Amino acid sequence: MVDYKIHLLVCGGTGCKSSQSQILAEHLRTEIDNQGLSDFAQVVVTGCFGFCEKGPIVKVIPDNTFYTQVKPEDAKEIVEEHVVKGRKVERLLYKDPKSDKIISDSKGMEFYKKQIRIALRNCGVIDPENIEEYIARDGYEALGKVLTSMTPEETIEIVKKSGLRGRGGAGFPTGLKWEITRQSPGTEKYVVCNADEGDPGAFMDRSILEGDPHTVIEAMAINGFCTGASNGLVYIRAEYPLAIERLKKAIDQAREFGMLGKNIFGTDFAFDITLRYGAGAFVCGEETALIHSMEGGRGEPTMKPPFPSVKGYLGKPTNVNNVETFASVPVIINKGWEWYNTIGTEKSKGTKVFALAGKVNNVGLIEVPMGITLREVIFEIGGGIKNGKKFKGVQIGGPSGGCLTYKHLDVPIEYESLIAAGAMMGSGGMIIMDEDDCMVDVAKYFLDFTVDESCGKCTPCRVGNKRMHELLTNITKGNGTKDDIERLVNLGNVIKDTSLCMLGQSAPNPVLSILDNFREEYEAHVVDKKCPAGVCKALMVYEIVPENCVGCTACARACPVGAITGERKEIHRIDPALCIKCGACMDRCKFNAVIVN
Amino acid sequence: MNKIKNLADLRDLKDKLQTKTKLRDKSENPEQMVQVKVAMATCCIASGSRETMNYIVDELDKRNIDAVVTQTGCMGYCYAEPTVEVIMPGKEPVVFGYVDTKKADEIIEKYIKSGILVEGIIPVNYKKIEQ
Ligand SMILES: Cc1cc2nc3c(=O)[nH]c(=O)nc-3n(C[C@H](O)[C@H](O)[C@H](O)COP(=O)(O)O)c2cc1C
Repeated sequence: MVDYKIHLLVCGGTGCKSSQSQILAEHLRTEIDNQGLSDFAQVVVTGCFGFCEKGPIVKVIPDNTFYTQVKPEDAKEIVEEHVVKGRKVERLLYKDPKSDKIISDSKGMEFYKKQIRIALRNCGVIDPENIEEYIARDGYEALGKVLTSMTPEETIEIVKKSGLRGRGGAGFPTGLKWEITRQSPGTEKYVVCNADEGDPGAFMDRSILEGDPHTVIEAMAINGFCTGASNGLVYIRAEYPLAIERLKKAIDQAREFGMLGKNIFGTDFAFDITLRYGAGAFVCGEETALIHSMEGGRGEPTMKPPFPSVKGYLGKPTNVNNVETFASVPVIINKGWEWYNTIGTEKSKGTKVFALAGKVNNVGLIEVPMGITLREVIFEIGGGIKNGKKFKGVQIGGPSGGCLTYKHLDVPIEYESLIAAGAMMGSGGMIIMDEDDCMVDVAKYFLDFTVDESCGKCTPCRVGNKRMHELLTNITKGNGTKDDIERLVNLGNVIKDTSLCMLGQSAPNPVLSILDNFREEYEAHVVDKKCPAGVCKALMVYEIVPENCVGCTACARACPVGAITGERKEIHRIDPALCIKCGACMDRCKFNAVIVN
Repeated sequence: MNKIKNLADLRDLKDKLQTKTKLRDKSENPEQMVQVKVAMATCCIASGSRETMNYIVDELDKRNIDAVVTQTGCMGYCYAEPTVEVIMPGKEPVVFGYVDTKKADEIIEKYIKSGILVEGIIPVNYKKIEQ
């Protein structure tokens, strides 16, 4: 086997791939061949590094050089300079936006300093399409260990003591769920991995499956051993083609190596995994709806109990866990629950993966220890707000979660404290808003999503959310009244109390939490008929400041609807009845004469 | 591929495969290890620095020494090529000149293993921009 002296790790996550990282990897290989160094340096296409903001990423090992925004054309220079001559290509190195200093080693980047990677431990490190690289980094060691030297009860005990809780949203203790499934009577049981991931802006589970599919396979097999199931199912949305492809390859390789199939590790234990594709309905991420969808029925939730652990797929006991929950399990088995307990807080152990999106500098995928504050995540790891704007709010927990504000910045990220603050952990979506975002519009956006995704089975969710959406639309159009705000609160609370599943029960959360934290913005819309952030078009009035207007006619020529009148060298004016508020006049004016109120 | 039939099989396989990814783990904490930097500019390569580097990597591995070997640009001691910088954990860097495979062997045996300085040290007269 060739022992390469240099590894060039190229990100092959969905984000970087769409900016040609695959072609880049090929170019790098060709250049290395051209230099006659194919026994010296190796190109490895890995999963996501998390620093999606500046992708495609190339990391050179062993000197840890972190190249950002690398294009296929840069391959030649990287090979000729760095691989051949050991000189870093300075123009591609990461520059710290705060200090303006070049940081060549990824360990020096604020983005990575406070992260602890457990579920993402192999993402950006190994080739996900090669089981050997997984094995080289302790892969399948945990499965071997539990199968050959432990009982299911002992294994469940470790998971229980680790304090691991479900990462799919609700935070149910994982070990306890495994125990309930084990104790449910029946010889036929199922393990289901929930890879539906439907939150807007979330890509945690997708990245794990793309970057390290074997960890999920290994954990599902461990779960099968613990619960007495021999069949595993991964419910994955068809919109994740790369994750599906890599998972399929991984399952094939696992079978080839004897990690799936009969007599695993020479024991009586048999386990195999098949895939089920979801069509992309958010509600199908809810475990009962997910199970109905897998059975070929409509993706609609049913009342719990019975819980899937007791009566799930085909009426059999079914253990449903989230991708990230599974991804944490092999490490816990290998390193012990005591080790896992040292990370996190009293009631929330370990780490959580978040997808940072919105108006932060470092958009990307991060894994942080529980208990870290929102401030650390947004301002240190996230690098603060884009373009020096002011931070306004952060939506945590996706469309089921809540919107927190600057007064919550020091809240530690834990299941309980987030709920106390009016949000929830959720599955890991974190969307950051700045001063230019209208919070009423944000609330409407999330409600838009849930109205669309409601399955329609129960009335509070189907009709109630629609009515709330109408009230919000009215407010953003300037037709709302103070009573509408009270109606929103009352209706929201009724929907929360009476909906069938958590989709409906949580749908009003963004609207209500924004009302709690940004009431003045709602009031500005209904009382002053103004949108302070200047987002709600209906409430905006474009005007020309007479003192600044020189009568150059540029605005009038730019206006697509002929709403601006005025002769050359005379002051112009905008007819509000005709104006469609497109802003073209404002963009065109060189004299700051167009303003918006 | 033969199936893995027991835990011993898996561990054997892992031992064989470990070199595949070991470099990536090591690069996470180079300060705790012996760091060797081989100058690798055109002039150094001409005087055999790539052979030196390959030799050092392979020998350190054979002799079970945890080390990270990287290449750097020209160190500016072109008269003494190939040049190699060695940083022992917690110590100042030492630069050696004229490092052929024989010299490399001596550096590994004496300096890296036992901390005994060997001949051929070049006084360091530069500071890095970074760090
Ligand atoms: C509307 C709705 C959508 C959900 N979507 C997901 C999802 O995409 N992925 C997920 O793992 N859990 C999702 N859940 C939570 C699941 O019902 C379930 O609690 C979870 O898969 C259990 O795994 P865990 O204990 O490992 O978190 C959703 C729940 C609701 C109510």
